[in-house]
Amino acid sequence: MTDPLDKVPADVPPDGGRDASPRKYSGPIKAVPVRHYGRWISAVVVLGLLALLVRAFADAQIQWSVVGDQITNGTFAWGAWETLKITVYSMVIGVVLGAILAVMRLSPNPVLSSVAWGYIWFFRGTPVLVQILLWFNLSLVFQYLDLGFIYRDEMNQVMTPFVAALLALGLNEAAYMAEICRAGIQSVDSGQTEAAHALGMKGGKTMRRIVLPQAMRVIIPPTGNEFINMLKTSSLAFAIGYGELFLRGREFGSRTLAIMEGYIVISLWYLALTTVFSIGQYYLERYYARGSSRSLPPTPLQRLRKQLSSFRVQSNVGGVKV
Amino acid sequence: MSSQSTQPMVKAENVHKSFGHLKVLKGIDLEVAHREVFCLVGPSGSGKSTFLRCINHLEQINGGRLSVDGRLVGYREKGDKLYELKEKEVAAQRRDIGMVFQRFNLFPHMTALTNVMEAPVQVKGESKSVARERALKLLDRVGLADKAKNYPTQLSGGQQQRVAIARALAMEPKLMLFDEPTSALDPELVGEVLDVMRGLAEDGMTMIVVTHEMGFAREVGDALVFMDDGVVVEAGHPRDVLGNPQHERTKSFLSKVL
Ligand SMILES: Nc1ncnc2c1ncn2[C@@H]1O[C@H](COP(=O)(O)OP(=O)(O)OP(=O)(O)O)[C@@H](O)[C@H]1O
Ligand SMILES: [Mg+2]
Repeated sequence: MTDPLDKVPADVPPDGGRDASPRKYSGPIKAVPVRHYGRWISAVVVLGLLALLVRAFADAQIQWSVVGDQITNGTFAWGAWETLKITVYSMVIGVVLGAILAVMRLSPNPVLSSVAWGYIWFFRGTPVLVQILLWFNLSLVFQYLDLGFIYRDEMNQVMTPFVAALLALGLNEAAYMAEICRAGIQSVDSGQTEAAHALGMKGGKTMRRIVLPQAMRVIIPPTGNEFINMLKTSSLAFAIGYGELFLRGREFGSRTLAIMEGYIVISLWYLALTTVFSIGQYYLERYYARGSSRSLPPTPLQRLRKQLSSFRVQSNVGGVKV
Repeated sequence: MSSQSTQPMVKAENVHKSFGHLKVLKGIDLEVAHREVFCLVGPSGSGKSTFLRCINHLEQINGGRLSVDGRLVGYREKGDKLYELKEKEVAAQRRDIGMVFQRFNLFPHMTALTNVMEAPVQVKGESKSVARERALKLLDRVGLADKAKNYPTQLSGGQQQRVAIARALAMEPKLMLFDEPTSALDPELVGEVLDVMRGLAEDGMTMIVVTHEMGFAREVGDALVFMDDGVVVEAGHPRDVLGNPQHERTKSFLSKVL
């Protein structure tokens, strides 16, 4: 052709007549997937090590029959129940009070923010075991709990092991939750607050409806961590004779001299509790992730299926090649 | 009560605003009439956004008087003293003023529909069914009836900005503020947002529009102000200011953006 601007002849369709014959490369790609030999080899190595570990414990001087018998024993089940109870109650106190402290800490009111700062300073700065003992022994310095007309009783009637543990763990947790909530609130773009204000929303409503729901995405993972920590930290309440899981394990050991067996049983109970909570946390995170990306993260089952299939097919998303 | 014939919608008299030592607005005087489309142009940092934010009290002015529909913004005047309004009263003033942001600022944890429903339900205490009805109508008006169930991340920039306009309209404002509503958008998405704004203007909405879209200003605007360095340099009909600028600063600015 001599003229580069020459028009395509009129009898040829504008797309160059490609429709006339079937297009090249139609239909989905069928490629041979990448083989992950590394994954196979490492899986075999890990399974081998696991087998060795199991054999070592099977041959050790552990009366596995005792473990098997005691795992369903009522005393441990009740201990687990007490652990769960103190954990949930303490976390409720911690989360609610922590959220309030976080809002106070960020408030322009200097009185509120100083009070919150002082609270966090005190409760983060002393060991929780000491706080448990301080609450439990409060009757040594205050004989009566006196709330004026409302309530008056002897302190050591009120300050049962449960109440002392609850106060110590809950108030201590609030200090940590306050910092977690503060980070979450500060992670929300200030444009969100402005948009809410521009629509005529007031401060409190903006916090509850707009900021906190978005802060949850940042708050929940460390809160789940705190929850699981609390399941275990609550064992410190054994020091004031609160009958939670750890105390029961210890008592079982000294009563029957099956010391390791007792600790193994309570370890299995702790593992069971944390597993259940991890699953709950996962679904909570999924709920608050809505709107943060174009599609929701997969459920564990979907993920498992994907991971298994990754042994065969190259997965570029999130999979670490081994 | 205000009456349309006598009272301008927005009246600024010698408005000053500084951030610490930085003087951003240095005596702004202007009036926006009812049903007028008022365009605000000027170089970056000249104080356009700051002025717009003063109108709905996202920023507090330091000097002068600023009133919307005959009422001072953020203050009550009693005798010769000014009293700051309480949070509740400020919020009540803002209800009547819609604002559209450069970066959309949609609520990401809510769908397009619930974004639009949120303020009527939470601020006006409207029932959900009434709010939903109106939200669906507004989404339809901005051409997004089929996107009601989508979250903001699932929408294009132009679609997000149109939802943001619907969200502001849901409060049935008497004044709409637009802060560079199209400058975060890809060029091919600008048109769909301007179309919605043009429709609003035709329906008689009073609008103050900060924009770099001179075509829109010329075609839709009733008045245009050129701001530079915290002062109004030139004001008039967009046709005149854009077509025949009088000041050197206006000329040099326009030569860069046109
Ligand atoms: N909250 C603030 N604190 C301190 N300085 C600010 C604040 N907001 C704005 N400024 C300053 O005020 C000046 C005017 O800002 P403004 O956002 O009003 O400009 P603009 O005309 O909208 O510019 P652009 O076209 O870039 O949006 C700028 O120098 C900016 O840095
Ligand atoms: Mg700006």
